[in-house]
Amino acid sequence: MSNEVAVLGAGMHPWGKWGRNFVEYGVHAARVALKDAGVKWRDVQFVSGGATIRNGYPGFVAGATFAQALGWQGAEVNTSYAACASGSQALAAARAKILAGHCDVALVIGADTTPKGFLKPQPGERPDDPDWVRFRVGITNPTYFALYARRRMALYGDTQEDFALVKVKNSAHGFENPNARYRKKFSAQDVADSAMVADPLRLMDVCATSDGGAALIISSVEYAKKIGKGDAPRIAAISTVTPTYASETVEMPDIATDSSAVVAAQSFRANLPKKAYEEAGIGPEDVSVAEVYDLSTALELDWMEDLQLCERGEAAKLLRAGETTVGGRIPVNPSGGLACFGEAVPAQALAQVCELTWQLRGQAGARQVQGAKVGITANQGLFGHGSSVIIKK
Amino acid sequence: MSATPVLEGWFTLDGEQPHLLGSQCQSCGTYYFPQIRGEAKFCRNPDCEGESFDEVKLSRTGKLWSYTNAMYQPPEPFVAKDPHEPYAIAAVELDAEKMIVLGSVVDGISVEQLEVGMAMELVLEALNDGKVTWKWKPA
Ligand SMILES: [Zn+2]
Repeated sequence: MSNEVAVLGAGMHPWGKWGRNFVEYGVHAARVALKDAGVKWRDVQFVSGGATIRNGYPGFVAGATFAQALGWQGAEVNTSYAACASGSQALAAARAKILAGHCDVALVIGADTTPKGFLKPQPGERPDDPDWVRFRVGITNPTYFALYARRRMALYGDTQEDFALVKVKNSAHGFENPNARYRKKFSAQDVADSAMVADPLRLMDVCATSDGGAALIISSVEYAKKIGKGDAPRIAAISTVTPTYASETVEMPDIATDSSAVVAAQSFRANLPKKAYEEAGIGPEDVSVAEVYDLSTALELDWMEDLQLCERGEAAKLLRAGETTVGGRIPVNPSGGLACFGEAVPAQALAQVCELTWQLRGQAGARQVQGAKVGITANQGLFGHGSSVIIKK
Repeated sequence: MSATPVLEGWFTLDGEQPHLLGSQCQSCGTYYFPQIRGEAKFCRNPDCEGESFDEVKLSRTGKLWSYTNAMYQPPEPFVAKDPHEPYAIAAVELDAEKMIVLGSVVDGISVEQLEVGMAMELVLEALNDGKVTWKWKPA
């Protein structure tokens, strides 16, 4: 019990392409989360921010930036950067501070905006930079996700229709989510009619980038009880493990995997939740809902197997049977996932926890998973970052 | 072959039987591609303290692990044709080194002609700016 912290409040700024300063999204999300928690800003003792690297100095010191924007009140601050897993790293920092007894209540926050115009790679010959090398020889971003998708088709017999079904399911889930950017129910035909990007993935199989913000108020269990919120959902585990040599699959922006001639290959994605399950003392059979990082439709199926929600190769079968739809046995991405949100890097891992918080409280409206007791997230960012968070009633 | 390679020291310029150039750790025997470079070199096997490496030619054949294509024009520094012509991309698992290496597929071969598990070999082909790179081709 002593390893748990309480989630008192969750808040988001709707995802979109708003083109405003990222600080506005963050402060909005923080104020929603504080109100939701019934905690005054002055009572927050620690602000743990996920960094954004596309918005200059304020983004690098996001924890302090948000604390100042909310009004300096002396709280200690921290900023974490871990690509797409930045939010979970910030959450882990806040949890550690609380469990160590160094503070009682913390704000965890991440927000991002996409600057206008295209992000151009730096000019010049940079043969030591893997990102430069792979573009030079024609390896694009969707290449990696398409390779994983094609591999599923070859190994397990998944089809492009299965991948389209993930989009159809998630678009139906996100349709009534007020924080989602894309709120339109797409059909399998809509997906099939969209342009091929990287065979077998079409435009509607891959996610976009968005503006957005998400925030959580977390506290010690004692503090939660003290303010009459002893039944608040608990964070039971956070895994932010790095990969173990040798890498099994080739990850962006690399041109090759490690060699497994001497040391056996290991799957990073499959290793991520193992530590979370162990820490929580909870097994995959106990999970009632999952939020996974569907950078592509096919990747959602990989995650289901990595989280051990089904046997390897069985994910599409569950999908086809409607088991991963809200109302099914193990709903995946009831929020609508990245398919409906698009990626707002430092906010995304926190948005997953926000959704699970509402699900466990029974406040998710039309997308509510009935009787949800245990939720798990999975997420992966560049350069060996990833996260898996377990939250329970 | 008097071609200019797109990257120095990444592959041999043998037009008939080209090889990717990797490093092999003298202590544990593991392979690296691209080569370990720098004034000081360190093995990345967590149980190995090796700091000396041999330059080795990697297997020039392997099995197709997966494949895709680039339907849209990649950004610079890729040099695209005008208009862009889609090309296939392969991930090939090298026989001896047990590592998966990406590369584009030779001109004229599309995804319809590829199948996971098929034998692939390494060849050299010019990029659109005339510089030579490694590519994969069904063996
Ligand atoms: Zn070694």
